Amino acid sequence: MRKNFIDNLEWPYPVKYHLENEINTDVLVLGGGIAGCWAAIAAARKGVKVALVDKGAIIRSGAGGSGCDHWESAATNPCSHVSPEELTLAMIKDHNGYNNGISHYIECREGYDRLLDLEKMGGKIRDTEDEFKGAEFRDEKTKFLFAYDYENKFTLRVWGTTFKPALYKECKRLGVEIYDRTMVTSLLTEGGIQGNRVVGATGINGRTGEFFIFKAKANLLCMARPSRIWLFSPSFPGISEFRPLQCMGDGHAMAWNVGVEFTMMEKSIRGQWSGERSYPPYGTGNTHNTWYACSMVDAEGKELPWIDRDGNILDNISQRYRPASGQKLFLKGGGESDFHLYEFQGPDILPIEDLLKNGFKLPFYADLPSMPEFERKAIWGLMVGQEGKSKIPILKTYTEAGFDPEKHLLQSYGEGWTSASFLPRERQLFGLPGGILNDWNLKTNLEGLYAAGDQLFASDCVGHAAATGYYAGRHAADYAIRSSVPNIDYQQVNSEKSRIYSIINQRDDGLKWKEFNLHITRIMQNYCGEIKSDELLKIGLKQLEDMEHEEALRLYARNPHELIRSLEVLNILTNGKIIMYSCLARKASSKLLHFLRSDYPEMDPPDWHKFITVKLENNEIKIGELPIDYYGSLTENYAIHNEEYITGRVNK
Amino acid sequence: MNKKVYVIPEQGISNPIKINPDLCSGCNKCVEICQVDIFIPSPVKHKPPIVAYPGECWYCGCCVMECPYPGAITLNPLSMNKVNWKLKNNTLR
Repeated sequence: MRKNFIDNLEWPYPVKYHLENEINTDVLVLGGGIAGCWAAIAAARKGVKVALVDKGAIIRSGAGGSGCDHWESAATNPCSHVSPEELTLAMIKDHNGYNNGISHYIECREGYDRLLDLEKMGGKIRDTEDEFKGAEFRDEKTKFLFAYDYENKFTLRVWGTTFKPALYKECKRLGVEIYDRTMVTSLLTEGGIQGNRVVGATGINGRTGEFFIFKAKANLLCMARPSRIWLFSPSFPGISEFRPLQCMGDGHAMAWNVGVEFTMMEKSIRGQWSGERSYPPYGTGNTHNTWYACSMVDAEGKELPWIDRDGNILDNISQRYRPASGQKLFLKGGGESDFHLYEFQGPDILPIEDLLKNGFKLPFYADLPSMPEFERKAIWGLMVGQEGKSKIPILKTYTEAGFDPEKHLLQSYGEGWTSASFLPRERQLFGLPGGILNDWNLKTNLEGLYAAGDQLFASDCVGHAAATGYYAGRHAADYAIRSSVPNIDYQQVNSEKSRIYSIINQRDDGLKWKEFNLHITRIMQNYCGEIKSDELLKIGLKQLEDMEHEEALRLYARNPHELIRSLEVLNILTNGKIIMYSCLARKASSKLLHFLRSDYPEMDPPDWHKFITVKLENNEIKIGELPIDYYGSLTENYAIHNEEYITGRVNK
Repeated sequence: MNKKVYVIPEQGISNPIKINPDLCSGCNKCVEICQVDIFIPSPVKHKPPIVAYPGECWYCGCCVMECPYPGAITLNPLSMNKVNWKLKNNTLR
């Protein structure tokens, strides 16, 4: 019945294609997820005019909009046994230098300030109801609950479903102008010239199709990391990747077009999660992240042994939350051993090959009933309940279907939390991927343009998004205060308008966005899969360029919603090109970048231990390089750039 | 056997959202909270919204969290995502 009804349904919103709205502001924040909201709050606290734009509804939009279960690297919390310097250096070393020293130092140094801020806004960050009183992972004085490394206590368990509505309310209270349901389509530059100061952006409303021109002294990119590049499900596009459908990297594409410099975009890892094949994240038996460190049993109920980094079997559950003998700290455990250096490797269950060799029988199950009560309640109820999308699809759904954590064993599928296996060519930007290159102000290479959260290279997690968002917001506001009112180039605006609205012209040989997206993933899998070479990459690039010149002109949309989806796939195409150019630029294989070149097979030759950068200059590809420690001394540079914050002259 | 059969143009293959019309007030709070914008409001006032883009749902459950009428809207997980569990004494559920 729904189907017959919907076929004849008129579009419910007034359609206003071509209608122009012009907005003037001091600071323009593009993307209203965790990073964007914090950027807007920081700028508004400095007293400047702020506009915040998002494709969804900011109250719940973004990858962290529906929740998060833990907050990493809060090294300045009163219970922490590691310093921000120590933790950042560990994170850098753990990735052989291929990490963002600046942004992660900000995360370690200021993440805890943001948690305290959130609490004042109404977010829940401690066990105020004493549900876990007496638990090993609870600090009785502060009522903080810790996760993973109980000795060093730098990761907190949090009630993340409360965060986004609290941030939204604070933005409104501070007078931030909110533009919901508005896709940002391009950045505007002085004189319309690539590489010049960024002076605003254009946007389009996904319900009415009307056009927006934002004019701003300072601009912040706070959108998502690219997705749907190698993995796309036309049947279930909403769960193509770990992040929501529309969080697919518009910001990277528009930044590229105006000449922003990127680094590490050659890094991609084998697929971790994609909904057509995987079960819902954290919805099956596993030991990873949210489920750390749940006991597991085999088909006959025999407990799977947990081991430390040296292979010593751990005698009790408490040891799973502690560093090994002689180890200072560990950076997560449980299914992450491939990703960590020995020095920072956490406890884990025996690898599957060893388990099978030792007679353990499939399938395996998560054994919540055998966990101590506090640990069981922390996994099932607190963390599965607050993590991104676990409250309704997992906790509520399973509970209503009769799952009882005190009685039932939950089956494990495939490889741990991923619950599926992927081909080497099926890749994702996951686990500290590439992105925009930043300086100590979180400024990009362009005047008037800052970046935060998932748009920065080597980003991850909510604490990183929050801390970098706030930091970039206050530096962008400082820039806005001291800079002049910019001029928009209306030729640039008009050319963007014609690009957008050409898609609504019906055509007989029209192409819809899903087919277009699928074609991109086919090219990327074939020519930019696990093993790369100049020859493969050049053919792939040519094919993407052919799409740009032929199929892109045939894209069509029948309403504003489809128009947004069509503009997205054009951005995905651009992001595919950034990746191909970056892969071509690095003429060496690298283990930590998960980067294999058949034509340059030597792994990590010392000459290539550096950041390779790519950008457009006069529409030509410009390749650059930076030393692996280009950011210099963490403490000294932080002090130089943040005197006001350190001395408390800026609202912490 | 004289019932007519219709051609129904192909649409989404999943049905992620179930709305109980007896409990739904048509307030459209779910329409406004969904970040993917999969719903559209009903053309008839105070009637349940329509799931216009079911395939685009990312199953976050925000619409359920936001709904002021318990049971009016429920998340309908993909049937292939039914996970197995068993009692600790090995009896299948």
